Amino acid sequence: MTVRHGLLAILGEGACHGYQLKQEFEVRTGGSWPLNVAQVYSTLDRLVRDGLVIEDSARSDGARRYRITEVGRAEVARWLYSPGVEASAVGRDELPTKIAIALTLPGTDVAATVQAHRRAAIAQLQELNALKRDEHRSEVSDLGWELTLDAAVFAVKSRVQWLDHAEAKIARAQRESGALPYGLRDDLPGRGRPRAAERTPGDAEARR
Amino acid sequence: MSTPLLVLDEISKVYGSGDTAVRAVDAISLTVERGELVALMGTSGSGKSTVLALSGGLTSPTSGEVQIDGANLAALSARRLARLRRRTIGFIFQEYNLVPSLTAVENVALPLELDGWSVGRARVAAREALTLVELAGLEARYPADLSGGQRQRVAIARAVVGPRELILADEPTGALDSENGERVLALLRRRVDAGAGGLLVTHDPAFAAWADRVVFLRDGRAIDESQSQRPLTTQGAAEASSL
Ligand SMILES: Nc1ncnc2c1ncn2[C@@H]1O[C@H](COP(=O)(O)OP(=O)(O)OP(=O)(O)O)[C@@H](O)[C@H]1O
Ligand SMILES: [Mg+2]
Repeated sequence: MTVRHGLLAILGEGACHGYQLKQEFEVRTGGSWPLNVAQVYSTLDRLVRDGLVIEDSARSDGARRYRITEVGRAEVARWLYSPGVEASAVGRDELPTKIAIALTLPGTDVAATVQAHRRAAIAQLQELNALKRDEHRSEVSDLGWELTLDAAVFAVKSRVQWLDHAEAKIARAQRESGALPYGLRDDLPGRGRPRAAERTPGDAEARR
Repeated sequence: MSTPLLVLDEISKVYGSGDTAVRAVDAISLTVERGELVALMGTSGSGKSTVLALSGGLTSPTSGEVQIDGANLAALSARRLARLRRRTIGFIFQEYNLVPSLTAVENVALPLELDGWSVGRARVAAREALTLVELAGLEARYPADLSGGQRQRVAIARAVVGPRELILADEPTGALDSENGERVLALLRRRVDAGAGGLLVTHDPAFAAWADRVVFLRDGRAIDESQSQRPLTTQGAAEASSL
């Protein structure tokens, strides 16, 4: 949706042909989201089908240009000022699950697990910094690129902060209530693996 | 190889004695070269400020040795140590330590004036440093009339003014929002890239990532030390992204 609306918004500045549009999109997003031309044309086809864009008659050089419609302009305004898919929660973070399981495994040094992930995350942050400080880039919007990198920085930073938080909570729990519950439990409902035919779509969902 | 700027050799610091003794720092070894920025991270009370105080000769270790530019601090006369602190070391304290009766520009110029610079020259350098931290126009304010983040930036200006070689920064971005914090880190980074050495205490992982290496403390000890000896690498990042 971001590509579709991004392309539409750029067309709001003036008619473009497909390849030009691809380049405008890439420059404005600091090269962080490369597009292929086929993808641009298929998106344009759908924008035309939906009445958001019309195709200009071919120019003498054969390149067709696309022009935004009034409905298209209204759609751009809606996209810009109302939160959409990009505002919804990101994909599942698997790290909490890993730490939760580590906590239940006897003999695991969970603090070392936490530290290993913290160090790796900081290395990742350092890579992002190095990219930010890279001055040999050209043809791209520096501010757009920097903000895209910053978003990644904030995501990794919040993971480290969660690790700090988790470490402190685990240490407190161990101080206050001694050892944490370890080992297999015998109070869970005993049910073997259902035969394939009995498995419901709901089960598959839960396992994901 | 040239002499490292800062060497901490198995330093320990015990506060108090007997039952109430606190081992704030426990056998830490660390080297900071010129052109290198090292970050110190760890939970509250893990000994970070104590490591900085030991590094700057503000307190002496219970055991172990601190060397700056090859000189063992314990062997220096009080006079030479004081001169080293004024001239070579720029200290950003966790609680800023500004002189309340001096204006912002006077606070920043103070270490230079104590070091024998003329008042005029020191003020010019101090104004430049204040401009670097975006406080131009506030030079004549007293600390009490500045916001927390502005006070912090005065302290940063004071630490980087003049020919400082070793910058010891204790949570220098604590009162700053992330954009201002990033500018401060960029400033420290430029000083380090120009040949200074830096030891930076921070809770913020994004700021720690401006350092060449990150040392983690827990209960006064460095943890996963083998990892902190090598610069952060692409390999680490690859591991992180495959979590
Ligand atoms: N002057 C002192 N007398 C006694 N104990 C002290 C003294 N200074 C620090 N400590 C103790 O030494 C330990 C380390 O303190 P330090 O100030 O180095 O921690 P820190 O890592 O800087 O913490 P924070 O992140 O909260 O600033 C703490 O347990 C603290 O209580
Ligand atoms: Mg401290």
